[in-house]
Amino acid sequence: MTGTPVLGPDRPSQSMEGSSTLQEPGAGAEFPQNFFRRRRSRLLRTQRGAAITSTVSTVTVIGAIIVAFLLAPGSRQVRATYFNLHDMWRAFIGDPHEGFYSVGKGLVVNIEMFMIGEVLILVLALVIALVRQSRSPVLFPLRMLAVAYVDFFRGVPLILVLLAIGFGLPALYLPVVSTQSAFVYGVLALVISYSAYVSEVYRAGLNSVPFSQIASARSLGLRPHTAMRYVVLPQAIRTIIPPLLNTFVSLQKDTALVSVLGAVIEANRAAEIYSSTVFNYSGYTVAAILFLLLTIPLARFTDHLIARDRGRRLAGVT
Amino acid sequence: MRSEPVRPAGSALRIEGVHKSFGENHVLKGIDLAVDTHQVICLIGASGSGKSTLLRCVDLLETVDAGRIVFFGHDVTRDDIDGILVRRQMGMVFQSYNLFPHLRVLRNVTLAPVKALGMAPADAEAEAMALLGRFGLADKARDYPERLSGGQQQRVAIIRALAMHPKLMLLDEVTSALDPELVGEVLDVIRELAANGMTMLLATHEMAFARDIATRVVFLEDGVIVEEGPPEQVFDSPVDERTKRFLGRVLSAGRL
Repeated sequence: MTGTPVLGPDRPSQSMEGSSTLQEPGAGAEFPQNFFRRRRSRLLRTQRGAAITSTVSTVTVIGAIIVAFLLAPGSRQVRATYFNLHDMWRAFIGDPHEGFYSVGKGLVVNIEMFMIGEVLILVLALVIALVRQSRSPVLFPLRMLAVAYVDFFRGVPLILVLLAIGFGLPALYLPVVSTQSAFVYGVLALVISYSAYVSEVYRAGLNSVPFSQIASARSLGLRPHTAMRYVVLPQAIRTIIPPLLNTFVSLQKDTALVSVLGAVIEANRAAEIYSSTVFNYSGYTVAAILFLLLTIPLARFTDHLIARDRGRRLAGVT
Repeated sequence: MRSEPVRPAGSALRIEGVHKSFGENHVLKGIDLAVDTHQVICLIGASGSGKSTLLRCVDLLETVDAGRIVFFGHDVTRDDIDGILVRRQMGMVFQSYNLFPHLRVLRNVTLAPVKALGMAPADAEAEAMALLGRFGLADKARDYPERLSGGQQQRVAIIRALAMHPKLMLLDEVTSALDPELVGEVLDVIRELAANGMTMLLATHEMAFARDIATRVVFLEDGVIVEEGPPEQVFDSPVDERTKRFLGRVLSAGRL
């Protein structure tokens, strides 16, 4: 009878059939033991098998790609053009006398654009999100403006915003507005475009704070802006840190698009100049590697935060 | 807040003909209720009878559709009344505690005194520590709310409301979300407040507690006050059929 509970008491007809089979001498006593041993070993075998299968298939696919690359008719040519170590090094350090700039130094410009842009984006996006979340009728026109802004700049490709600002504003011949450096226009375009996205991230965070939190802040006699600042916003920001960092991984590499303005010698532009001077594309490979060195740590950090957040939430359940 | 030898009773709250609807749902259908200072009024009734809505209307978290709410002689339902200033004089405690999860216990208690009343942080902290100590939570001051049991969290929520020196406490089923073994510690806090003369209007499902603590018990059904009176009268010899039926159901559920 030891085997019957396995079949479950809620299915009487099956358990009847089962018990009649299991009542054969010996089978009933042996069944659970066999069941567990076989099940466990099969499980281990399946897991190990799956691990081996996935490793083999991954290695096979990657190997096939490498082999295809090496055996391709133009392989030698491509390797010399994109992966020439000598050219990669020369592009990295640059040589002003030969007429090309250092991709490494260019990356510093990318980092500058990223850092300045990031701060401005965080501030502007927050303002847009708060305006959109406001209920005050006085702010209605501003609210409509914020909606239009987000709709517009989320929809227009960044590169078009860059071109419009980088070449459009100087063409206006206005004081101050038209006399800035390409660096400033580049950062401005990044800020305008990204703040539209990031304001939506903020808004999602603000909406994730339960209404009961707002009710209890109100019941304590806090004014709406005080409740927003000390109760709602801190909780909202905590939730949106991972998606914000994710957006910033993307911002980091999109700083390369500022190269379309020509006058900002950031990494991508330096690689472009190198390739047109020496007719070798290895500078681009250097730029790609440098961008990866920047974005991968930030991506891993984001993963870490997400995992920690999930761990906390799971711990909260128990 | 300390008990005084003489307690001059005055009107703390008068609710006059209050109506409240949410869309088609007519929740409060003309409520009249008076609370004098140092009284403890218990609202009882089934879920959906309007107890919570009434408390939220008193705290001006909801605007009433008709009727008046007079708080220490001031009609607070008038258009030119700043609800925020009124709420600073009332303490509200919710069923689900609603502590601020990102702030430590001490900061939960001092936030409103500092940010709403403009108290000096050091003074607010000293007072908050005294309150936490009085209710046995001094050692939790530096913890985040999630580290506390439900009963402890609800006690902190009560202390957070007390830190504003409210003239009236509104308690909305403050033990309903708690595990049974944690209900007692929260009720003890409310008992102490009552003993010290706090004016309270509370919605509760704890009938034994209501009988014990209430100056008056008010039975609501379907948005109207069906019966009210001293606890012995309402619990032991209810007049209205609906009250009898409700108490019978509570009795059979083993809550009385």
